[in-house]
Amino acid sequence: MRLKLHVQPRPLLFIGVLLICWQIAINRHPGQLLPGPLSVLRAIGDLMHSGLLLKYIVASLFRVTWGFALGASLGIPLGLAIGWNRRAEMALNPLIQIFRPISPLAWIPVAILWFGVGDMAAVFLIFVGCFFPLLLTAMSAVHNIPALYIDAGRNFGLSPFAFVSRVLYPAVAPQLVVGMRITLGIAWLVVVAAEMIAVNSGLGFLIVDARNAGNRYDLVVAGMVIIGAIGLLLDLGMRSLERVKSFRWSYSED
Amino acid sequence: MSLTNAANTPAVAAMKLRAEQLCVAFERDSKSVSVLEDITFDISDGEFICIVGRSGCGKSTLLNVLAGFLAPTSGSVIIDGEPVHGPDPRRILVFQEHGVFPWLTVEGNIGFGLSKLPRAEREHRVAHYVQMIGLQGFERTYPSDLSGGMKQRLQVARALAVNPDILYLDEAFGALDSITRLAMRKELLRIWQTERRTIIFVTHDIDEAVQLADRVVVLSSNPARIEDILTIDIRRPRNISSPHYLELRDKLLEQIGQAYTV
Ligand SMILES: Nc1ncnc2c1ncn2[C@@H]1O[C@H](COP(=O)(O)OP(=O)(O)OP(=O)(O)O)[C@@H](O)[C@H]1O
Ligand SMILES: [Mg+2]
Repeated sequence: MRLKLHVQPRPLLFIGVLLICWQIAINRHPGQLLPGPLSVLRAIGDLMHSGLLLKYIVASLFRVTWGFALGASLGIPLGLAIGWNRRAEMALNPLIQIFRPISPLAWIPVAILWFGVGDMAAVFLIFVGCFFPLLLTAMSAVHNIPALYIDAGRNFGLSPFAFVSRVLYPAVAPQLVVGMRITLGIAWLVVVAAEMIAVNSGLGFLIVDARNAGNRYDLVVAGMVIIGAIGLLLDLGMRSLERVKSFRWSYSED
Repeated sequence: MSLTNAANTPAVAAMKLRAEQLCVAFERDSKSVSVLEDITFDISDGEFICIVGRSGCGKSTLLNVLAGFLAPTSGSVIIDGEPVHGPDPRRILVFQEHGVFPWLTVEGNIGFGLSKLPRAEREHRVAHYVQMIGLQGFERTYPSDLSGGMKQRLQVARALAVNPDILYLDEAFGALDSITRLAMRKELLRIWQTERRTIIFVTHDIDEAVQLADRVVVLSSNPARIEDILTIDIRRPRNISSPHYLELRDKLLEQIGQAYTV
């Protein structure tokens, strides 16, 4: 599976024009409003040179990977099981609905209380941020399986394991992939916020640290740009999963 | 009306399936609506039965009950002497709508029920059924790229591939053009004659019923009861312009009622 980047000239041109306008505006009104693109670029260069950039990117991605993987490996199977079992759903749904609207950021004090300041706290916050969306995606994906596929699958006398792996899982996979893409986006939002408070490394930390340690707004904006770029790459990676042939069918066409 | 002793089936044929006073009622607007009422019949091993009736009369519902997908409100289905409690891989239902799995290719669908076979045997059978339904060259194609009729044929092949004792077909040839339809009928008859499966075939096409069936079960509507069970005593291969064929066909048309008079 190859990641195809459709480089389109028009959006790039537009971004280029914006950057130039930004630089011109900064040159005409040098002040505290924002650093210009050139100084941001210089800041990124400095960060790369000192090796800090790579270190922080790796730290952030590490937390996102673990938090997301934990959230997915617990949330998806649990969501499938709850969605499949009406009684479990009736019992658990109120609880899920209460936890769901709580922003993962509200868990920051709890995370620090439980895990102290460090990777574990950040991973836990991302886990919380991923767990509920994935749980709900999996539940609704099970509800949306057309009864016809379930009946057709049941007819061939599959063992429970085979039924899950050969009917249930492929039937929900396309919806899960979409849900995972959206959730990875959430995870990337949460990691930055978590790193501002609960740890002292990573891209989120870079931003608060640059501000606190001497108002280095060029570093702040550099951090923002890097966060945006990596978020975009993550999303493109997940999108390429959506193009896998056996995921690409949808219920509507049948 | 006597439902056993069909003239066309060998006298020794064992009873395969018995439907006993099946009733099915659905909830509709918090009222209970009776769809099937007192359906009782016997089917011998190796018989080819067609079920005809008007659209919406309850043919699919009856087939779902016989195949074990739907528990009747009262009554029971007995197959090989044992009551049916659920679907079974020895009895495959081909759904009226497209029940093929969209996440599997043509090959994957046909081979779906064959996972216990050794690889070579499975590939051999898949290739055989691909050939039979005329989808050579589409082996790796996903159902989304097939026509409605191709998907219908694919579902029939997936069912046939596991060699079921009983094959339930719900208007399985409904979406096919008349030429493919004839070819599929011939192929189904050939398989039925060589392998002696019991086939229960729902159709709203009277000609199809008279061409295929040993006996035709005619259902009435609202709620569905057994109107008649007609024995098609024409020797195979059937001459579809013989006077007896036309006579039986007209009789069926008459029983189905006005819906089929022009
Ligand atoms: N799950 C259900 N709940 C409520 N009513 C149902 C349900 N399934 C079927 N019915 C009703 O039962 C009746 C018979 O439906 P069924 O699908 O068995 O008809 P059919 O003879 O197969 O029709 P067709 O020839 O159009 O396929 C219809 O009136 C339908 O509305
Ligand atoms: Mg029907």
